[in-house]
Amino acid sequence: MFESLTEKLGQALRNLRGVGTLSEENMAEALKEVRSALLSADVHFKVAREFVERVQQQAVGQQVTKGIAPGQQVIKIIHDELVRLLGEGTTALSGERPLKVLMVGLHGSGKTTSTAKLGKLLKKRGYRPFVVACDVYRPAAIDQLEILAKQEELGFYADRVSKDVPAIGSAALAEAQAATADCIIFDTAGRLQIDQDLIEEVKRLRARVQPDEVLLVADGALGQEAVNVAKAFHDALQLTGLVLTKMDGDARGGAALSIKTITGVPIKFVGTGEKTADFEPFHPDRLASRILGM
Amino acid sequence: FGGRKIDAASLEELEEALYAADFGVETTEEILAEIKAAYAKDKTLQGQAAAAIGAAVLKRVLAGSEGALDGAGAGGPGPGSASPATSKEPIVIAMIGVNGSGKTTTAAKLGWRLKEDGKTVTLAACDTFRAAAVEQLKTWATRLDLEIVASHTGADSAAVAFDAWQAAKSRGRDYLIVDTAGRLHTKHNLMEELAKIRRVLQKNDPTAPQHRWLVVDGSLGSNSIEQARAFHKSFGLTGLVVTKLDGTSRGGAIVGIYRQLKLPIYFLGLGEQAEDLQPFSVENYVNALFGLD
Ligand SMILES: Nc1nc2c(ncn2[C@@H]2O[C@H](COP(=O)(O)OP(=O)(O)OP(=O)(O)O)[C@@H](O)[C@H]2O)c(=O)[nH]1
Ligand SMILES: Nc1nc2c(ncn2[C@@H]2O[C@H](COP(=O)(O)OP(=O)(O)OP(=O)(O)O)[C@@H](O)[C@H]2O)c(=O)[nH]1
Ligand SMILES: [K+]
Ligand SMILES: [Mg+2]
Ligand SMILES: [Mg+2]
Repeated sequence: MFESLTEKLGQALRNLRGVGTLSEENMAEALKEVRSALLSADVHFKVAREFVERVQQQAVGQQVTKGIAPGQQVIKIIHDELVRLLGEGTTALSGERPLKVLMVGLHGSGKTTSTAKLGKLLKKRGYRPFVVACDVYRPAAIDQLEILAKQEELGFYADRVSKDVPAIGSAALAEAQAATADCIIFDTAGRLQIDQDLIEEVKRLRARVQPDEVLLVADGALGQEAVNVAKAFHDALQLTGLVLTKMDGDARGGAALSIKTITGVPIKFVGTGEKTADFEPFHPDRLASRILGM
Repeated sequence: FGGRKIDAASLEELEEALYAADFGVETTEEILAEIKAAYAKDKTLQGQAAAAIGAAVLKRVLAGSEGALDGAGAGGPGPGSASPATSKEPIVIAMIGVNGSGKTTTAAKLGWRLKEDGKTVTLAACDTFRAAAVEQLKTWATRLDLEIVASHTGADSAAVAFDAWQAAKSRGRDYLIVDTAGRLHTKHNLMEELAKIRRVLQKNDPTAPQHRWLVVDGSLGSNSIEQARAFHKSFGLTGLVVTKLDGTSRGGAIVGIYRQLKLPIYFLGLGEQAEDLQPFSVENYVNALFGLD
């Protein structure tokens, strides 16, 4: 599939053999390979450029450690910096009770499935979760969440008549309170970040239910568009975290670096399958290796 | 080259636009190389002209990529079908692809479009796996007044496909559109299920499904190429549909797919409504990408 970065870097770093100090000149070719690896992993081109510049600044002037191939040293600098960036912040959710979580994102990214997955996870952690169907558009979206809620024995609220999403949110809060739920997760419709009406709608829902967490659910295979998406959703909704889905495939997941760089919000969970159990807290080292193709 | 500053700036802008469209490293570098070569010859070239060259390169790369459903085979017996015209067999179009790409919605849109064109259509709800997938397609069928054959979640998807074909055949329908469950191309057992659907359809008509379309989410990046390769290998694709291009995504990954697999692109998905399905046109797509008229 992809020629591994380690291999490519091995080639590019040959000229580092016998060099005492890393410099802009002797690393130029290697850093070009790093940029190219990031781009093939779908990292946004501006994010990739900034990342390479930062690594360059860190590396320049470093003594080449005796006994370690200089290529390995450069790879380690790159990998460590990527892990540091991806891992900024915590995967823990807010400690508020009741904990209110709003799930948002593009069409088909995995919001409904992740709503159920998160409900299941929090139930295991001792919460009494309640999920709310706020997608009043997609055919059978309510049925989908209801089926998953039943399957996982989660509290569930929907209004099959109303199209007033903020009102549905308020009604759900009251219902959840009556059911003594201590964690309420709102599933919303897929929407484009440029769809003003739908962005306004979810902003009003946010204002009404005052969530403690606003999670952007993003497909791990997302392309360059990740930057536009992250920026617009973050501006409109002040995201608090990211859920990266469909990472059970072979997508390199570079979009996560783009989104992380643009929003600064932590990556909290990773979706690793279609089943509700396929959901894990995020591990930055795994994703870093994957993005670099190592 | 001459006018260095302006050239370097416009080149960089173009390079950024190409990356932003998800063309990927290879196509971006190829287009840039051609533009640089043109600059070497004509040192007065400006940004707009560079865009025109980029567009020309892309049109050349995409030449022959427009799929046409109304071409040979459509509306009558499938290619290679020996059955007489009197006992018409449905043309089968299977929608396949990774999770959430837009298969079910595209199946409904296409059904509606064919119906508007005066064709008769049956939908087959062969996603018997995902929660409420059957209900989703049924809701579309009711909304658009389309005929549907469906079973329940957990049923054998290949059996549904078989039954739907029989129903479409006995009612003399022109088309059978098969919706399938989303699956990542890396999962062998799920890919095997697709092969089974195909085998079972072939018991009815050895040429079915005549169309095996990969539904690609246009906002995804380079992984679309891996997806296409894997689905093509195990299912033998005949075409593509690219969805979710109503936003700011450019869907440039399809260029990579076309370069490698030469699969025609039939339709673009431009929204969530029935009418938001547009036949693919290289001219329109490329001009929109480069901001040309
Ligand atoms: N393989 C895999 N599939 C997933 C994952 N998460 C979600 N899916 C699948 O992706 C598809 C879309 O998931 P949904 O939860 O319906 O996505 P959504 O964001 O709610 O979609 P809309 O409401 O239409 O915008 C479904 O087929 C899910 O089963 C994951 O981590 N891995
Ligand atoms: N904006 C936009 N949304 C689309 C388009 N096509 C599909 N969608 C939306 O994308 C989401 C997923 O579409 P589906 O048709 O359910 O996708 P699928 O491939 O059948 O999903 P699974 O069966 O779960 O794998 C839904 O919210 C659709 O409304 C499109 O062209 N534009
Ligand atoms: K894109
Ligand atoms: Mg949903
Ligand atoms: Mg579907």
